[in-house]
Amino acid sequence: MRSQGLVQGLLAVAAAGSVAVTVLIFGFMIVLGLPLVTSGTFFNLFTSSWLPNEGLYGIVPMMAGSLFIAGLAMIFSFPLSLGCAALVAVLAKGRVPALLHRLVRFMTGIPTVVYGFAGIFLLVPVVREWTGSGSGMCILSASLLLAILIAPTMILFFTDSFTGVPKSYLAAADALGATPVQKFLHVVIPCSWRGLTTGVLLALGRAVGDTLIALMIAGNATAFPGSLLDSARTLPAHIALVVAADFDSLEFRTLFACGILLYAFTTLTVVLTRRMVADKGGAP
Amino acid sequence: MKARCCDKLVTAWAWLSGLVLTASVATLLGFLLTKGAGTLSPALFFGDTVPLDALLLKRQVFEGIFPATVGTLLLVGLAVGMAVPVGIATGIYMAEFAAPRTKAVFGLFFDILAGIPSILVGLFGFSAAIFLHHHFSGQITPCLLISALSLAFLVLPYLIRTTQTTLENLPRHVRMTAPALGASKLQTIFYVLLPQSLSGIVSGIILSIGRCAEDTAVIMLTGVVATAGIPASLLSGYEALPFYIYTVSAQYADQAELMRGYGAAIVLLAVCALLFALTAFIRHRLADHLLYGAR
Repeated sequence: MRSQGLVQGLLAVAAAGSVAVTVLIFGFMIVLGLPLVTSGTFFNLFTSSWLPNEGLYGIVPMMAGSLFIAGLAMIFSFPLSLGCAALVAVLAKGRVPALLHRLVRFMTGIPTVVYGFAGIFLLVPVVREWTGSGSGMCILSASLLLAILIAPTMILFFTDSFTGVPKSYLAAADALGATPVQKFLHVVIPCSWRGLTTGVLLALGRAVGDTLIALMIAGNATAFPGSLLDSARTLPAHIALVVAADFDSLEFRTLFACGILLYAFTTLTVVLTRRMVADKGGAP
Repeated sequence: MKARCCDKLVTAWAWLSGLVLTASVATLLGFLLTKGAGTLSPALFFGDTVPLDALLLKRQVFEGIFPATVGTLLLVGLAVGMAVPVGIATGIYMAEFAAPRTKAVFGLFFDILAGIPSILVGLFGFSAAIFLHHHFSGQITPCLLISALSLAFLVLPYLIRTTQTTLENLPRHVRMTAPALGASKLQTIFYVLLPQSLSGIVSGIILSIGRCAEDTAVIMLTGVVATAGIPASLLSGYEALPFYIYTVSAQYADQAELMRGYGAAIVLLAVCALLFALTAFIRHRLADHLLYGAR
């Protein structure tokens, strides 16, 4: 019996340590970001532009860059993912669903940097030719590639919730003479909106948190982006680019403001996702 | 009539989506493979150095991806080695011991940890390294050890979650049999429940190996450098495949270096594809009772 207490204690220590990691990461950002608030520069972050040589450390252009690139990627990716999930779960017959599902699962394993590398030498020149101006490294290119990157997250979640619709509902629709598309539109989608929302939230978290695609493809300009063909910088890419600066400088401190924003955003999506999943228990 | 039109439209859209997705991935990967297939040779890894000399660390490799490959292997080994014991122990605690309230609170923390963008884990690793440098030892700077530790934090939630869900999803009769025969709780866990969940846990480990091998955002803040050779110690800088691919894409000096970038991308892709195939194999072929029977 005593050995059980010992083992249980060890396991509990491991669990507490894992929780401590989460807290530690947040704590580090708060503590290191705190001088921003006390020195009064905190609010300037949200009013000025990024001109470190003139002592201006505004991060609004990066927030806009993140918002545009992630938002546009979601707009491209959502209809695509919904279509693929419909194909896998409901509409297609034969070998297609299994093959497509396997491809999507494989896509989750493709390294982001490989997407970025192929994007630079394939997608960027195409966009450059197509638009006829600029370098091709712009919001549009980055969001197109990001759309492919986040699609598997949505497709897998959508497919799971589509196949989770009770068989009796589908049988009832069949008995009423519904076609597969009618079944999909009037039974499957209304029954799985929680799964749809969860998938969208997770993919959004992934899109906002991704560093590499925007860093490699979007061009990283610090000006406020004016059009889809402008170069832009996202918050994660900004952190990656500025980190080489001096540790005690104000410039470096502002990274923790970016970090806290990102942390808060992803935590929000996680909390909303958990609420979605928890609600499921009570609903029919 | 209207309904049939709608039917056709939705079906067409679904098929079009599937086609677009497949075509995009096929184009991106196909482009990479056709452009880079020619670089796949021992020279890609070792450059002008004699392979045996490089492998025995007698001579440094300059024009090849050997140092980056070794760096990635060391990094993955260290990170997964640190994360696996803690992750699995936490998973067991969550599934078997935690009270419902503890489980809910801890679960929230692990979900948050899983959602943190990897760049923030990198920023944390960097800050921690500087903090340690100022307060403990001047020898500590961003290095192999710091990177491995940060990556371990990154994959910890995956390991916890796969272990926990595999244990929780075991059929009820498996859970009941051993206690009915008089086994203690620990005996049940270590002789019945864990062996039965081995395939799930191993899949989780392989998943985190892939995550460590492909991650770039964490390591670029915590000590990876463009040229370092084989790392001399845990506290030195190192090279890694994903970072090599990134630097080549950002600034390649000549055509030969660009081609090595293609080669490195194919190698990394192949490693990840292999790991993916391995998890698929474990899920499908290696049924739990097989592993259990072999004991």
